[in-house]
Amino acid sequence: MQTTLDPQTSFEVSDKGFYGHFGGAFIPEMLYPNVEELRQNYLNIIADPAFQAEFWQLLEDYVGRPTPLFLAKRLSAHIGATIYLKREDLCHTGAHKINNTIGQILVAQRLGKKRIVAETGAGQHGVATATVCALMGLECIVYMGSIDMERQKPNVDRMRMLGATVVPATSGSQTLKDATNEAMRHWINNPVDTHYIIGSVVGPHPYPDMVARFQSVISQEVKKQLFAKTGSENPDYMVACVGGGSNAAGAFYHYLNEPSVRLVAAEAAGQGVSSGHSAATTALGKPGVLHGSRTILMQTDDGQVTEPYSISAGLDYPGIGPLHAHLFESGRGDFYAITDDEALQAGFQLSKLEGIIPALETAHALAALEKMNLNPSDVVVVCLSGRGDKDLSTYSKFL
Amino acid sequence: MTQSLTQPQTTETVDATANRITSLFAQKSERLLNVYFTAGYPNLNDTITILRGLQEAGVDLVEIGMPYSDPVADGETIQQSNDHALNNGMSLKTLFAQLAGCRTDAENPITVPILLMGYINPVLQFGVENFCQKCREVGVDGVILPDLPLDLFLDEYASTFRRYGILNVNLITPQTAEARIRFTDAESDGFIYMVSSASITGSVKGVSDTMKAYFERIQGMHLRNPRLIGFGINNHETFDTASQYANGAIVGSAFIRHLSENGTSAERIRAFVETIRS
Repeated sequence: MQTTLDPQTSFEVSDKGFYGHFGGAFIPEMLYPNVEELRQNYLNIIADPAFQAEFWQLLEDYVGRPTPLFLAKRLSAHIGATIYLKREDLCHTGAHKINNTIGQILVAQRLGKKRIVAETGAGQHGVATATVCALMGLECIVYMGSIDMERQKPNVDRMRMLGATVVPATSGSQTLKDATNEAMRHWINNPVDTHYIIGSVVGPHPYPDMVARFQSVISQEVKKQLFAKTGSENPDYMVACVGGGSNAAGAFYHYLNEPSVRLVAAEAAGQGVSSGHSAATTALGKPGVLHGSRTILMQTDDGQVTEPYSISAGLDYPGIGPLHAHLFESGRGDFYAITDDEALQAGFQLSKLEGIIPALETAHALAALEKMNLNPSDVVVVCLSGRGDKDLSTYSKFL
Repeated sequence: MTQSLTQPQTTETVDATANRITSLFAQKSERLLNVYFTAGYPNLNDTITILRGLQEAGVDLVEIGMPYSDPVADGETIQQSNDHALNNGMSLKTLFAQLAGCRTDAENPITVPILLMGYINPVLQFGVENFCQKCREVGVDGVILPDLPLDLFLDEYASTFRRYGILNVNLITPQTAEARIRFTDAESDGFIYMVSSASITGSVKGVSDTMKAYFERIQGMHLRNPRLIGFGINNHETFDTASQYANGAIVGSAFIRHLSENGTSAERIRAFVETIRS
């Protein structure tokens, strides 16, 4: 895997796991040995040629990489710019999530772990984790908010069919935040033989960095593919949706130090930023600590974490990864808040214009295009993070 | 954005040796009982009632939980008490207001050492300097912040806590490596919180042989700090066992359950403490 970042730049994670003011490892002592074991080993494991060979082979033969970079001509004409779609929806299991779970299952194996625990929101990360556990023959336990289990039932069934145990998280808002709490508790109770596969660029260091590295295959491929199509590796804009932000981190990774490429993040505004039913973290949040890192967080004045809302279960999270908090604070990234309605409209539009039904998460990224004041000469890459099959029951209510 | 995370400096210094926790351990080294309860539970204004009940029942230290929406190191019992307390309207500001004057009450002052236990985010939002200042003002002696690891505490917050004489109690677990235990012992004041097993609170049943082996191992390290064992201490037998290997023990979930079932009267609290002690 290429790690082309200049270690001197401010977008590289520090030794202690910080991106600017954000990151770190704010964890109970009960998790310290596990996280420390991972921190001390992950870079060496990833750099090992045997690991690299197995990782790339699986990405090619099992995941189906490289995923295409598709010139969306009808969407381009509609928006008034040249728009390419990075087709992560064509990955095995239907989203980018499997890039990371393949990487982490190989790390877990090399650490001698026997059991995998994970959290999931929309179910895509849970399915990707259950898939790689089946592939490698490891026990898999996935925590999922009980509300999410209802609204993403096909993914619950898929996980069970793949042999995973899906455990409902019934505390708090019964969504992704609580599933993450429960998965962390499970890890505290099973520290020696269990690896926790976090699905986004959140959590204590080294997770944000490790997950971003595994997802960086997205921007690495885009560079090559865009060069082949346009003669330039760099688009003017790279656009992705951000819940925790793993597809965005992967899409941005090799462009972090290319200032000519604007990094655009679409957050879920839910029913509107000021409606009280929103997950637009940068608009509503402030610095705080959740799930092991200091980041931007939706919270009350007293520091209690606010329950987020989005029509898309995968974006229904009150924080963002610390890298994204740093991109926001430093001005390197542009953050847009996209409402449920805007996302739905963008989802229907892509379906009709290009014959691609996007995940509701991805539809937020597509909706940002309408707000970006693009010029016809602009080259834009949108990370099409996942496919919308799992969201059909939600889409169908608005058909 | 950084301003909310960086604390202003003050020149005030406080003699940490006058701390009630330090004084307690100087006087007593065996069978100390530390009882946890969540501020604002079962009712918003129960804090002083419970604190007084525990003092009158003769507990050695009291740990007051600052309720938090996402207490990841805690089990169902404590999480539910946290949710309940937050729904009752509990906040750090309210807790400090409730504790104000409890040390100087002419009739019946609170003299038992008080620790605040909770998660770092509400403290950050309150402001670390403000928090320490308030702790000092109302007579809080120490804190337990499980998601603020010692390393980060030393890098960013230790000087502020020390300036106000507020002790930071750190945890060790059966998985903590020897070098880290030594580091924790060197950098801690007050006592070391020994988590009895790999677990969240309220989930441990009894004291197993594995736990005893861990207790013996730590006992054999002859740490400079006293040790209290927590997690899974819920009756006389477990308290007794823990006290054989450490300076005492901490009871949390069992007391929360007792409060839920029996209320907050002084005699019911005394009855609970007596069942643990004898």
